[in-house]
Amino acid sequence: MKRFLILIAAMLAVAPVAAIDTGKAFDDPELQARYDKLISEVRCLKCQNQSIKDSNVFLATDLRREIRRLISEGKTDAEIQDFLVTRYGEFALYRPRTTGKTLILWLAPFLLVLFGGVAMFRILRHRMSMPLDDDIATSADKGSSE
Amino acid sequence: MSRYILPLVAVMALIVFLVIGLTRGDPRALPSPYIGKPAPRFELPKLKDPSVTVGSEDLAGQVALVNVWATWCVQCRAEHQFLLDLKATGTIPIYGINWRDTRPEALRWLQQLGDPYVASGFDVDGVVGIDWGVYGAPESFLVGADGVVLYKQLGPLSWQIWEREFVPLIASGGVGQ
Repeated sequence: MKRFLILIAAMLAVAPVAAIDTGKAFDDPELQARYDKLISEVRCLKCQNQSIKDSNVFLATDLRREIRRLISEGKTDAEIQDFLVTRYGEFALYRPRTTGKTLILWLAPFLLVLFGGVAMFRILRHRMSMPLDDDIATSADKGSSE
Repeated sequence: MSRYILPLVAVMALIVFLVIGLTRGDPRALPSPYIGKPAPRFELPKLKDPSVTVGSEDLAGQVALVNVWATWCVQCRAEHQFLLDLKATGTIPIYGINWRDTRPEALRWLQQLGDPYVASGFDVDGVVGIDWGVYGAPESFLVGADGVVLYKQLGPLSWQIWEREFVPLIASGGVGQ
Protein backbone atom coordinates (compact mmCIF):
# COMPACT_ATOMS: atom_id res chain seq x y z
CA MET A 1 0.00 0.00 0.00
CA LYS A 2 2.75 2.39 0.95
CA ARG A 3 4.58 1.62 -2.27
CA PHE A 4 1.43 2.25 -4.20
CA LEU A 5 0.98 5.64 -2.56
CA ILE A 6 4.57 6.57 -3.32
CA LEU A 7 3.98 5.59 -6.94
CA ILE A 8 0.86 7.76 -7.13
CA ALA A 9 2.69 10.67 -5.52
CA ALA A 10 5.55 10.30 -7.98
CA MET A 11 3.14 10.30 -10.92
CA LEU A 12 1.38 13.40 -9.63
CA ALA A 13 4.70 15.13 -9.18
CA VAL A 14 5.68 14.43 -12.77
CA ALA A 15 2.49 15.75 -14.35
CA PRO A 16 3.18 19.51 -13.93
CA VAL A 17 6.75 19.04 -15.08
CA ALA A 18 5.57 17.40 -18.29
CA ALA A 19 3.07 20.21 -18.89
CA ILE A 20 3.91 22.71 -21.54
CA ASP A 21 4.59 26.44 -21.48
CA THR A 22 5.04 26.39 -17.74
CA GLY A 23 7.36 29.32 -18.07
CA LYS A 24 6.03 32.83 -18.13
CA ALA A 25 4.88 34.25 -21.44
CA PHE A 26 4.90 37.84 -20.26
CA ASP A 27 6.87 39.76 -17.67
CA ASP A 28 3.91 41.98 -16.95
CA PRO A 29 1.76 40.06 -14.42
CA GLU A 30 -1.39 41.66 -15.76
CA LEU A 31 -0.72 40.43 -19.30
CA GLN A 32 0.29 37.04 -17.95
CA ALA A 33 -3.00 36.77 -16.06
CA ARG A 34 -4.95 37.64 -19.21
CA TYR A 35 -2.93 35.12 -21.19
CA ASP A 36 -3.51 32.36 -18.62
CA LYS A 37 -7.22 33.06 -18.55
CA LEU A 38 -7.56 33.17 -22.33
CA ILE A 39 -5.71 29.95 -23.02
CA SER A 40 -7.58 28.07 -20.32
CA GLU A 41 -10.86 28.97 -22.03
CA VAL A 42 -9.96 28.00 -25.58
CA ARG A 43 -10.79 24.50 -26.70
CA CYS A 44 -8.06 22.52 -28.35
CA LEU A 45 -9.84 21.57 -31.58
CA LYS A 46 -7.63 18.59 -32.22
CA CYS A 47 -7.89 17.16 -28.74
CA GLN A 48 -11.40 18.17 -27.82
CA ASN A 49 -12.31 18.37 -24.14
CA GLN A 50 -8.94 19.84 -23.35
CA SER A 51 -8.09 23.51 -23.30
CA ILE A 52 -5.11 24.71 -25.29
CA LYS A 53 -3.48 25.39 -21.94
CA ASP A 54 -3.45 21.69 -21.12
CA SER A 55 -2.51 20.29 -24.49
CA ASN A 56 0.78 19.74 -26.14
CA VAL A 57 -0.56 19.05 -29.63
CA PHE A 58 1.12 21.41 -32.03
CA LEU A 59 -2.18 23.05 -32.94
CA ALA A 60 -2.47 24.09 -29.29
CA THR A 61 1.11 25.33 -29.36
CA ASP A 62 0.34 27.35 -32.49
CA LEU A 63 -2.80 28.83 -30.97
CA ARG A 64 -0.96 29.79 -27.80
CA ARG A 65 1.70 31.46 -29.91
CA GLU A 66 -0.95 33.39 -31.85
CA ILE A 67 -2.64 34.48 -28.63
CA ARG A 68 0.70 35.65 -27.21
CA ARG A 69 1.27 37.63 -30.40
CA LEU A 70 -2.19 39.21 -30.30
CA ILE A 71 -1.81 40.18 -26.64
CA SER A 72 1.57 41.74 -27.27
CA GLU A 73 0.06 43.63 -30.20
CA GLY A 74 -2.32 45.18 -27.69
CA LYS A 75 -5.49 43.38 -28.76
CA THR A 76 -8.34 43.15 -26.26
CA ASP A 77 -9.72 39.85 -24.98
CA ALA A 78 -12.85 40.35 -27.08
CA GLU A 79 -10.76 40.89 -30.21
CA ILE A 80 -8.76 37.75 -29.51
CA GLN A 81 -11.96 35.74 -29.00
CA ASP A 82 -13.24 37.17 -32.30
CA PHE A 83 -10.02 36.03 -33.96
CA LEU A 84 -10.64 32.47 -32.79
CA VAL A 85 -14.38 32.40 -33.49
CA THR A 86 -13.88 33.70 -37.05
CA ARG A 87 -11.53 30.81 -37.75
CA TYR A 88 -12.88 27.93 -35.70
CA GLY A 89 -16.43 28.91 -34.81
CA GLU A 90 -18.10 29.46 -31.47
CA PHE A 91 -17.15 25.92 -30.45
CA ALA A 92 -13.56 27.03 -29.90
CA LEU A 93 -14.54 28.92 -26.77
CA TYR A 94 -15.30 27.02 -23.58
CA ARG A 95 -17.24 29.99 -22.31
CA PRO A 96 -19.53 30.86 -25.22
CA ARG A 97 -20.24 34.51 -25.69
CA THR A 98 -23.78 35.77 -25.11
CA THR A 99 -24.68 36.49 -28.70
CA GLY A 100 -27.44 35.29 -31.02
CA LYS A 101 -26.88 31.61 -31.53
CA THR A 102 -25.42 30.94 -28.09
CA LEU A 103 -28.12 32.86 -26.23
CA ILE A 104 -30.16 29.67 -25.82
CA LEU A 105 -27.19 28.03 -24.08
CA TRP A 106 -27.13 30.72 -21.45
CA LEU A 107 -30.88 31.00 -21.04
CA ALA A 108 -31.75 27.30 -21.12
CA PRO A 109 -30.93 26.54 -17.46
CA PHE A 110 -33.03 29.44 -16.21
CA LEU A 111 -35.88 28.56 -18.56
CA LEU A 112 -35.79 24.94 -17.38
CA VAL A 113 -35.84 25.97 -13.71
CA LEU A 114 -38.70 28.36 -14.44
CA PHE A 115 -40.61 25.68 -16.32
CA GLY A 116 -40.04 23.14 -13.54
CA GLY A 117 -41.05 25.67 -10.89
CA VAL A 118 -44.30 26.51 -12.66
CA ALA A 119 -45.08 22.83 -13.18
CA MET A 120 -44.37 22.06 -9.51
CA PHE A 121 -46.47 25.00 -8.33
CA ARG A 122 -49.41 23.90 -10.46
CA ILE A 123 -49.20 20.30 -9.29
CA LEU A 124 -48.95 21.30 -5.63
CA ARG A 125 -51.83 23.72 -5.93
CA HIS A 126 -53.92 21.07 -7.60
CA ARG A 127 -53.15 18.63 -4.80
CA MET A 128 -53.95 21.12 -2.08
CA SER A 129 -57.36 21.81 -3.58
CA MET A 130 -58.16 18.11 -3.43
CA PRO A 131 -59.73 16.70 -0.25
CA LEU A 132 -57.14 15.15 2.03
CA ASP A 133 -56.87 11.37 2.15
CA ASP A 134 -57.81 11.48 5.86
CA ASP A 135 -61.02 13.28 5.04
CA ILE A 136 -61.92 10.68 2.47
CA ALA A 137 -61.05 7.89 4.86
CA THR A 138 -63.13 9.33 7.75
CA SER A 139 -66.10 10.05 5.55
CA ALA A 140 -65.83 6.53 4.17
CA ASP A 141 -65.68 5.15 7.74
CA LYS A 142 -68.71 7.19 8.64
CA GLY A 143 -70.47 5.86 5.61
CA SER A 144 -69.76 2.26 6.52
CA SER A 145 -70.70 2.76 10.15
CA GLU A 146 -74.07 4.06 9.19
CA MET B 1 -55.97 11.33 -20.83
CA SER B 2 -55.09 14.75 -22.24
CA ARG B 3 -52.87 15.47 -19.22
CA TYR B 4 -50.41 12.86 -20.52
CA ILE B 5 -50.05 14.42 -23.95
CA LEU B 6 -47.62 17.20 -22.96
CA PRO B 7 -45.15 14.94 -21.09
CA LEU B 8 -45.41 12.41 -23.89
CA VAL B 9 -44.59 15.02 -26.53
CA ALA B 10 -41.70 16.28 -24.39
CA VAL B 11 -40.23 12.79 -24.03
CA MET B 12 -40.67 12.11 -27.74
CA ALA B 13 -38.87 15.37 -28.58
CA LEU B 14 -36.05 14.40 -26.23
CA ILE B 15 -35.73 11.00 -27.90
CA VAL B 16 -35.66 12.61 -31.34
CA PHE B 17 -32.85 14.95 -30.25
CA LEU B 18 -30.90 12.08 -28.70
CA VAL B 19 -31.22 9.97 -31.84
CA ILE B 20 -30.07 12.90 -34.00
CA GLY B 21 -27.21 13.58 -31.61
CA LEU B 22 -26.05 9.99 -31.51
CA THR B 23 -26.28 9.28 -35.23
CA ARG B 24 -25.02 12.44 -36.84
CA GLY B 25 -21.68 10.95 -37.77
CA ASP B 26 -18.32 12.15 -36.59
CA PRO B 27 -18.94 14.18 -33.44
CA ARG B 28 -15.53 15.78 -33.79
CA ALA B 29 -16.27 17.22 -37.21
CA LEU B 30 -16.90 20.91 -36.89
CA PRO B 31 -18.64 22.97 -39.54
CA SER B 32 -16.31 25.53 -41.02
CA PRO B 33 -17.38 29.08 -40.20
CA TYR B 34 -15.99 30.08 -43.60
CA ILE B 35 -18.60 28.33 -45.74
CA GLY B 36 -20.40 31.00 -47.77
CA LYS B 37 -17.74 33.54 -46.83
CA PRO B 38 -14.60 34.68 -48.62
CA ALA B 39 -11.65 32.36 -48.07
CA PRO B 40 -8.94 33.89 -45.89
CA ARG B 41 -6.20 35.54 -47.89
CA PHE B 42 -2.86 33.80 -47.81
CA GLU B 43 0.55 33.93 -49.37
CA LEU B 44 3.18 31.27 -48.76
CA PRO B 45 6.56 30.41 -50.20
CA LYS B 46 6.25 27.57 -52.67
CA LEU B 47 7.34 24.19 -51.40
CA LYS B 48 9.38 23.49 -54.49
CA ASP B 49 10.80 26.97 -54.89
CA PRO B 50 10.89 29.15 -51.75
CA SER B 51 11.90 32.20 -53.76
CA VAL B 52 8.40 32.50 -55.23
CA THR B 53 5.04 32.47 -53.49
CA VAL B 54 1.66 30.87 -54.02
CA GLY B 55 -1.49 32.43 -52.61
CA SER B 56 -4.93 33.89 -53.02
CA GLU B 57 -4.01 35.58 -56.30
CA ASP B 58 -3.29 32.21 -57.90
CA LEU B 59 -6.73 30.93 -56.93
CA ALA B 60 -8.63 33.97 -58.19
CA GLY B 61 -11.09 33.60 -61.04
CA GLN B 62 -11.39 29.83 -60.99
CA VAL B 63 -13.00 27.12 -58.93
CA ALA B 64 -10.14 25.51 -57.05
CA LEU B 65 -9.51 22.85 -54.44
CA VAL B 66 -7.25 23.79 -51.55
CA ASN B 67 -5.90 20.69 -49.83
CA VAL B 68 -4.14 20.84 -46.48
CA TRP B 69 -1.62 18.03 -46.19
CA ALA B 70 1.47 16.89 -44.33
CA THR B 71 3.86 13.98 -44.48
CA TRP B 72 3.18 13.07 -40.83
CA CYS B 73 -0.50 12.72 -41.67
CA VAL B 74 -1.45 9.09 -42.23
CA GLN B 75 -4.85 9.90 -43.70
CA CYS B 76 -3.14 12.15 -46.27
CA ARG B 77 -1.34 9.13 -47.62
CA ALA B 78 -4.66 7.33 -47.95
CA GLU B 79 -6.07 10.34 -49.79
CA HIS B 80 -3.14 10.88 -52.10
CA GLN B 81 -4.16 8.46 -54.84
CA PHE B 82 -7.54 10.16 -55.10
CA LEU B 83 -5.85 13.54 -55.58
CA LEU B 84 -3.67 12.12 -58.35
CA ASP B 85 -6.74 10.60 -60.04
CA LEU B 86 -8.62 13.87 -59.68
CA LYS B 87 -5.75 15.77 -61.22
CA ALA B 88 -5.75 13.32 -64.15
CA THR B 89 -9.37 14.18 -64.93
CA GLY B 90 -8.38 17.82 -65.29
CA THR B 91 -11.64 19.06 -63.77
CA ILE B 92 -10.18 21.36 -61.13
CA PRO B 93 -6.81 22.81 -60.15
CA ILE B 94 -5.58 21.52 -56.79
CA TYR B 95 -3.49 23.77 -54.58
CA GLY B 96 -1.73 22.38 -51.54
CA ILE B 97 -0.97 23.85 -48.17
CA ASN B 98 1.85 21.80 -46.73
CA TRP B 99 1.07 22.24 -43.06
CA ARG B 100 3.61 22.05 -40.24
CA ASP B 101 6.01 19.89 -42.18
CA THR B 102 9.67 19.84 -43.11
CA ARG B 103 10.69 20.72 -46.63
CA PRO B 104 12.93 17.68 -47.34
CA GLU B 105 10.25 15.25 -46.19
CA ALA B 106 7.50 17.04 -48.12
CA LEU B 107 9.59 17.11 -51.31
CA ARG B 108 10.43 13.43 -50.95
CA TRP B 109 6.72 12.64 -50.48
CA LEU B 110 5.82 14.38 -53.73
CA GLN B 111 8.69 12.74 -55.56
CA GLN B 112 7.80 9.26 -54.37
CA LEU B 113 4.01 9.41 -54.49
CA GLY B 114 3.50 11.91 -57.30
CA ASP B 115 2.49 15.56 -57.20
CA PRO B 116 -1.21 16.33 -57.75
CA TYR B 117 -0.79 20.02 -56.93
CA VAL B 118 -0.49 23.02 -59.21
CA ALA B 119 1.62 24.31 -56.36
CA SER B 120 1.95 23.74 -52.62
CA GLY B 121 2.57 26.52 -50.14
CA PHE B 122 4.97 25.74 -47.32
CA ASP B 123 3.25 26.63 -44.03
CA VAL B 124 6.02 25.65 -41.65
CA ASP B 125 4.70 27.37 -38.51
CA GLY B 126 1.01 26.77 -39.13
CA VAL B 127 -0.01 30.44 -39.39
CA VAL B 128 -2.01 29.98 -42.59
CA GLY B 129 -3.44 26.79 -41.11
CA ILE B 130 -4.85 28.79 -38.21
CA ASP B 131 -6.17 31.48 -40.56
CA TRP B 132 -8.07 28.81 -42.45
CA GLY B 133 -9.37 27.19 -39.27
CA VAL B 134 -7.50 23.98 -39.93
CA TYR B 135 -7.35 21.58 -37.01
CA GLY B 136 -6.54 18.22 -38.53
CA ALA B 137 -5.07 17.25 -41.86
CA PRO B 138 -6.22 16.36 -44.37
CA GLU B 139 -8.73 19.12 -44.90
CA SER B 140 -9.95 20.27 -48.29
CA PHE B 141 -11.66 23.51 -49.17
CA LEU B 142 -13.63 24.07 -52.35
CA VAL B 143 -13.16 27.71 -53.26
CA GLY B 144 -15.41 29.36 -55.85
CA ALA B 145 -14.34 31.61 -58.68
CA ASP B 146 -15.35 34.60 -56.55
CA GLY B 147 -13.08 33.45 -53.72
CA VAL B 148 -15.94 32.21 -51.53
CA VAL B 149 -15.56 28.91 -49.65
CA LEU B 150 -18.21 26.51 -50.99
CA TYR B 151 -17.42 23.41 -49.00
CA LYS B 152 -14.96 22.01 -46.52
CA GLN B 153 -14.10 18.36 -46.26
CA LEU B 154 -12.57 17.16 -43.02
CA GLY B 155 -10.62 13.96 -43.50
CA PRO B 156 -9.61 12.16 -46.67
CA LEU B 157 -11.46 12.73 -49.92
CA SER B 158 -12.81 9.88 -51.98
CA TRP B 159 -14.74 9.61 -55.25
CA GLN B 160 -17.90 8.92 -53.29
CA ILE B 161 -17.57 12.16 -51.31
CA TRP B 162 -16.45 14.01 -54.41
CA GLU B 163 -19.50 12.97 -56.47
CA ARG B 164 -21.91 13.66 -53.64
CA GLU B 165 -20.65 16.96 -52.25
CA PHE B 166 -18.29 18.63 -54.69
CA VAL B 167 -19.62 17.86 -58.17
CA PRO B 168 -23.03 19.56 -57.65
CA LEU B 169 -21.34 22.67 -56.24
CA ILE B 170 -18.89 22.85 -59.13
CA ALA B 171 -21.72 22.26 -61.63
CA SER B 172 -23.70 25.14 -60.13
CA GLY B 173 -21.03 27.46 -61.45
CA GLY B 174 -18.86 27.50 -58.40
CA VAL B 175 -20.07 30.88 -57.28
CA GLY B 176 -20.70 31.10 -53.59
CA GLN B 177 -23.05 34.01 -53.26
